[in-house]
Amino acid sequence: MTGTYRTGEFHAFTGAGRRFLYLVPSGGIFELDEAAGAVIDKVTHGEHSGGELVAHLVARGIGAEDAADVIEEMVQSRALVSGAPVLGVTHDPPADFPLQTLVLNLTNQCNLSCEYCYEFGEDKVATPEGKPKFMDFETAKTSVEFLLDKSRGRRSVHITFFGGETLMNFPLLKQVVGYGNEQAKAQSRTIDFSLTTNATLLTPAIIEFLSANRIGVTVSMDGPKDMHDKLRVFSNGKGSYDIIEPKVRALIQSHRTRPITARVTLTSGGTDVVRIFRHLKHDLGFHEVGFAPVTTSPDRLYAINDRGMDGVLEQFHALAAEYLEYALRGEMHGFSNVSDTLAELHQGISKSHPCGAGLGLVGVGPSGDIAPCHRFVDSDRHAMGHVSSGIDRGKQTDFLRRGNIDTKYDCHTCWARPVCAGGCHHEAFVRYGDTGHPNLHYCDWIRDWTDTCLGIYGAIAAERPEFLEYFAERKAA
Amino acid sequence: MKHLRAVNKKARRIEDLALQDVVALQGMAPPPPGLHVPMGCTFVFTPGWEVDSAGGAAGLCQPLERDIYDCYVDCYWPAQVPDHLNNYPDWASKCASAMSDWRSLDLVFP
Repeated sequence: MTGTYRTGEFHAFTGAGRRFLYLVPSGGIFELDEAAGAVIDKVTHGEHSGGELVAHLVARGIGAEDAADVIEEMVQSRALVSGAPVLGVTHDPPADFPLQTLVLNLTNQCNLSCEYCYEFGEDKVATPEGKPKFMDFETAKTSVEFLLDKSRGRRSVHITFFGGETLMNFPLLKQVVGYGNEQAKAQSRTIDFSLTTNATLLTPAIIEFLSANRIGVTVSMDGPKDMHDKLRVFSNGKGSYDIIEPKVRALIQSHRTRPITARVTLTSGGTDVVRIFRHLKHDLGFHEVGFAPVTTSPDRLYAINDRGMDGVLEQFHALAAEYLEYALRGEMHGFSNVSDTLAELHQGISKSHPCGAGLGLVGVGPSGDIAPCHRFVDSDRHAMGHVSSGIDRGKQTDFLRRGNIDTKYDCHTCWARPVCAGGCHHEAFVRYGDTGHPNLHYCDWIRDWTDTCLGIYGAIAAERPEFLEYFAERKAA
Repeated sequence: MKHLRAVNKKARRIEDLALQDVVALQGMAPPPPGLHVPMGCTFVFTPGWEVDSAGGAAGLCQPLERDIYDCYVDCYWPAQVPDHLNNYPDWASKCASAMSDWRSLDLVFP
């Protein structure tokens, strides 16, 4: 052993009283024994030669050979490094990256007028003027064929129906499911379907269809009546809670083939996360509830300010602690924000891009225009091709280069970059006018949240490792 | 590994990698030669005229002071350094190594 060693890039955390390292940028998670922990403590305060580190361990009663092993293991995992910094080599993702998911915007029309809507609200990027309001069957057919053609090598692909309000074009949804299944079957493949809806138009017949075809359902819902009705309103200003409540109950009761998820948008007027969760999970019976702060420019009335966001995180922590209790009993808690993060930590993913947008996932507008994801659908500025002619590779490359973590210098010193990679492209565009800009307004929250989830991950790994099998399979778009 | 316990899937892959024969890794083909051909700034994106991935200059493949000579020695184009062919042949004569001696570069008043 020659030269001096210093700490590699990692985030140290504890779970159930044990010490772990989250290695960056690999995303590997290792548990430290006492000797390895002692080395980390020593090196954290300055560089030391291998001999000094061995001597330090020997003085603590560890055999010399064993001590050398400790150092070697830590070097192999890059918890310890020496010499000049090694810079990673940048690669563009392969140009023929196979599609996994198509988000089909069946219509850009909606029967609600939620104030914060990214499609219609003040920060919208869509330019729907002069474009079809409803997708027709021809375009949908071409989209299905496009997906199957561009996803070669994948046995199972995914179509998510989206809007506008998806169910305003339910007849087309039905046709697409029939056509998609038929086409996939001819190639001995499968298509998995899901949809997002505001639930206002659900009927027993629709619920039966969704259940019979194993279509996953996500309902956009913001909590109990007083909170939900603040912003999720009809065009006359009337809240939608009373309309959807019985429909949601019927959906959860009758649709038994897939978990039903609630997706909550947090705004300045509704940050009582625990109360929202209790209502949606326990009163209404959703299987999973996921939260996301509204995407908006910071000066909107419904934008959550820093103080509000700290409050949100505090409640996230309370629910996360509850999640851990459930997990240690082997039960699912239903707080999606923890499950989703645990799944990524368990795989140890290290993202080049924050999500699959423009890579394994694309959005398709009613006109058949391709967008990086559903949030950019119908935007001329972000369009990248058409389902009939395929993806515009030039525009795709430009989008992906901007969004690549390598170009986001601000992120290069952040330990949370393997899971965050700079955050949502769309949010970046709304905030900073560039899809490739890191979302610097939520760095502290991302690090705080990732640390919380690492703690939970460590505790589960220590005390009930079999629970992590839930996350064995990689979900990727 | 004995002292570091691989917990997640990525950690297990790192562990597997560490177990591979180090000699086999050393036997891997070296990178092809001539990746950086010094042909002047208009032909190649010269390493040095940039910052490293951390936004600093510490990790560049050659010291940033080396940039001086990219224009001075091997470029015929008038640049922001004195021209050594005709007017200022001694501009850098006291500067043996750009890394340590750049302060000894002569001042020039054209």
